[in-house]
Amino acid sequence: MAGTNPKPRRDAMGTALAVLNKLASAPVLDRFNLRKPVEKGLYTATRTGFTAVGAATRQFAAAQKLAKPARLPSAGERGLFDITPDDEQKMIVETVSEFAAERLRPAAAEADADCATPADLLSTVTELGVTLVGVPESLGGLGTERSAVTGVLVAEAMAHGDMGLAVALLAPSAVSSALVLWGDETQQATYLPAFVGDDVPAAALAVQEPRPLFDPFALKTKAYRSGGGFVLEGVKSLVPRAAQAELFVVAADLDGRGPALFIVESDSEGLTVESEPAMGLRAAGMGKLHLDKVRVPETALLGEGKSAVYTECVRLSRIAWCALSLGTSQAVLDYVIPYVNERVAFGEPVSHRQGVAFKVADMGIELEGMRLLTYRAASRAEQGKPYAREAGLARRLCAEKGMQIGNDGVQLLGGHGFVKEHPVERWYRDLRAVGLVEGIVLV
Amino acid sequence: MINLEVPRKFAQLVDQAHQAAAEFFRPNSRKYDQAEHTYPKELDMLAALLDGLSAAGGGAGAGGVRRGGTEKKADGNRNGSNLQLLLGTIEMCWGDVGLLLSMPRQGLGNAAIASVANDEQLKRYEGKWAAMAITEPDTGSDSGAIRTTAVRDGDYYVLNGEKIFVTSGERADCVVVWATLDRSLGKAAIKSFVVDRDTPGFELVRLEHKLGIRASDTAHFRLDNVRVHKDNLLGSPEINTEQGFAGVMQTFDNTRPLVAAMAIGVARASLEETRRLLEEAGVDIDYDRPAFTQSAAAATYLQLEADWEAAYLLALEAAWMADNRKPNSLQASMAKAKAGRSGSDITLRCVELAGSVGYGEGTLLEKWARDSKILDIFEGTQQIQQLIVARRLLGKSSSELK
Repeated sequence: MAGTNPKPRRDAMGTALAVLNKLASAPVLDRFNLRKPVEKGLYTATRTGFTAVGAATRQFAAAQKLAKPARLPSAGERGLFDITPDDEQKMIVETVSEFAAERLRPAAAEADADCATPADLLSTVTELGVTLVGVPESLGGLGTERSAVTGVLVAEAMAHGDMGLAVALLAPSAVSSALVLWGDETQQATYLPAFVGDDVPAAALAVQEPRPLFDPFALKTKAYRSGGGFVLEGVKSLVPRAAQAELFVVAADLDGRGPALFIVESDSEGLTVESEPAMGLRAAGMGKLHLDKVRVPETALLGEGKSAVYTECVRLSRIAWCALSLGTSQAVLDYVIPYVNERVAFGEPVSHRQGVAFKVADMGIELEGMRLLTYRAASRAEQGKPYAREAGLARRLCAEKGMQIGNDGVQLLGGHGFVKEHPVERWYRDLRAVGLVEGIVLV
Repeated sequence: MINLEVPRKFAQLVDQAHQAAAEFFRPNSRKYDQAEHTYPKELDMLAALLDGLSAAGGGAGAGGVRRGGTEKKADGNRNGSNLQLLLGTIEMCWGDVGLLLSMPRQGLGNAAIASVANDEQLKRYEGKWAAMAITEPDTGSDSGAIRTTAVRDGDYYVLNGEKIFVTSGERADCVVVWATLDRSLGKAAIKSFVVDRDTPGFELVRLEHKLGIRASDTAHFRLDNVRVHKDNLLGSPEINTEQGFAGVMQTFDNTRPLVAAMAIGVARASLEETRRLLEEAGVDIDYDRPAFTQSAAAATYLQLEADWEAAYLLALEAAWMADNRKPNSLQASMAKAKAGRSGSDITLRCVELAGSVGYGEGTLLEKWARDSKILDIFEGTQQIQQLIVARRLLGKSSSELK
């Protein structure tokens, strides 16, 4: 029966095709001037297979001793239903939106093709102080209370520019947020000063593992106690700017008792990175992180390995992915509306047809729903209320409807949506990530 | 400050509505589903209780909300009667949507009167039960094309035509009838008239037999030279082609979120019952584990609940905007569209998940799946809501995007 063979079988026709392909490829390449693109493909393929040691790490050392870890207090319970951001949030959103429109959107296509984040964007985002909001004032940041909603608004505004670049730019904040939320006094004193300085290190929260039906609560990456520290073993997938990252927070199963988070410096022995270009999010320079008996000290364990800490990490990360999906989905809608209004077919704008107009309406309706679910989850999180249900539902809705919006976006542009002259195909590829990625970003 | 939780000050109201739904509606749900066209007499006592509550400063009664009120804005953000009424409606429809629609003095006509009547009319119809008659045998969604005519004759208008799908038409004291003063002038000439049930020539043709909301009667009327005093005309008697339909359509901005609330209430009832049945069957719903690593039933449930949550929050948003005097036509239609389609999808899927337990009359799941369908149709069908949303987003007029 079709589909039951354990391995795809190559029959006579398949073999013929394979041979034909080999014979034909060289002359065809020359005749149609395809040599360059193919070479580029080979280059990417080579890079994929290429494994390197992690980036050289700066010396992370505690400059000052903290008596106790600094935490942001929960934002406190609010009385009334309200969907208006406060004045500070409006200002932040305005700044980030401008940056996204003027710097990220124009750079997005090239960054996507290059699988790399331009250095000037990284330094500009540091100047904007986006990372500072989540770090307490006592540690050099600007934060005065938990601000998951602000985190959502920032991620949303940034992803309106480009999701891949947003992921790259927000990745270090995930590590600093993890340190603020769950780091002890030594961990905070050792690592946080670098994140509030002028030269923020590339850093990544690595939860994902390369296998189907990945469940972040059933990790294959293992950590076991050894000689007063821990040994980590396993592979992490979709790690942003893996080759440049100096610091990782890695999720691993501790002694078979469940997942925990570990701080791992990039020059640890046994740590290698391998580039892992994917369907989308390419500007984030994704890579695999191989951990081959990597030794970390006892002080590497975050949040005392409590399961509640890890669960919170997974939930906050999903809310951040929802936020990214809002920005990109809004970008799709904003792009599609003028297109269908201007594109004429059968003598009038295609938007005058219900088949087109209703798709636009549904994009708008579902996007607003996604937005409200995401805001609710973030708002509950920062108020210290239970939010497992809200985060889980936001994730489901944003995964499903965000992809639908990406899919409809390409469909409404027709063939033009399929070519790289328009950004919609990139958004289509990026939005696919929302349903499957764990970790990387936090609010 | 972003916060999507229901404020504490509404907790008592929600709790009261929930208890009324649990104690009055649920026990009578199946009874009046089976005894179609029988008046649910239990509601009289409940209605009296609700009248007392609203007199004591409760909600806006029948869903009508008067614009331009003098209530002061406290801190720039209000949670007021629109939100309160929406929450109450959700709870009541968790109990039974058909019975809610049958509540005395809570008709759609009351909403129209509350929204557009002048002070004298408001006083005259206080305590009356008013139904609403818009649809005609040949005119559904295009309510601008109605054929019922109103011709001025001295101090009276003479109405002629036929009206169908009049909720509680037989039980109500009066019916708000839409009629045109001049068909050639289009929508601007459409006015609404309050017609007392005992007016000569206002004839009840029949009551419909329906798929769902069978507790709620649906009447068919014929108007044969019905004489209505000119003071019974709601709003301005002038034909203002500039303003057009705005006056009558304004009612919908207030009532659409409430119909969304009905769908949200029914769907929540289905979800709760289905979850109970699934848990009995050993299926747990886990919000943390990826849906695809759980059973197909759990994954389906999560998807349905996510859609439900979107409908719920969209409706809250629309009501919140009305409370804060922000124009909310777009959000009202978004809420109605999402709640309408999700209501059908959720209740039907819940029947499927529960198998013959859900399909049989032993539970209320099959009833809710029948009741929910109308909520994607009346007060503007799914497609009408999509049209409204599309026109707004695309910046198109109704003549461009038909």
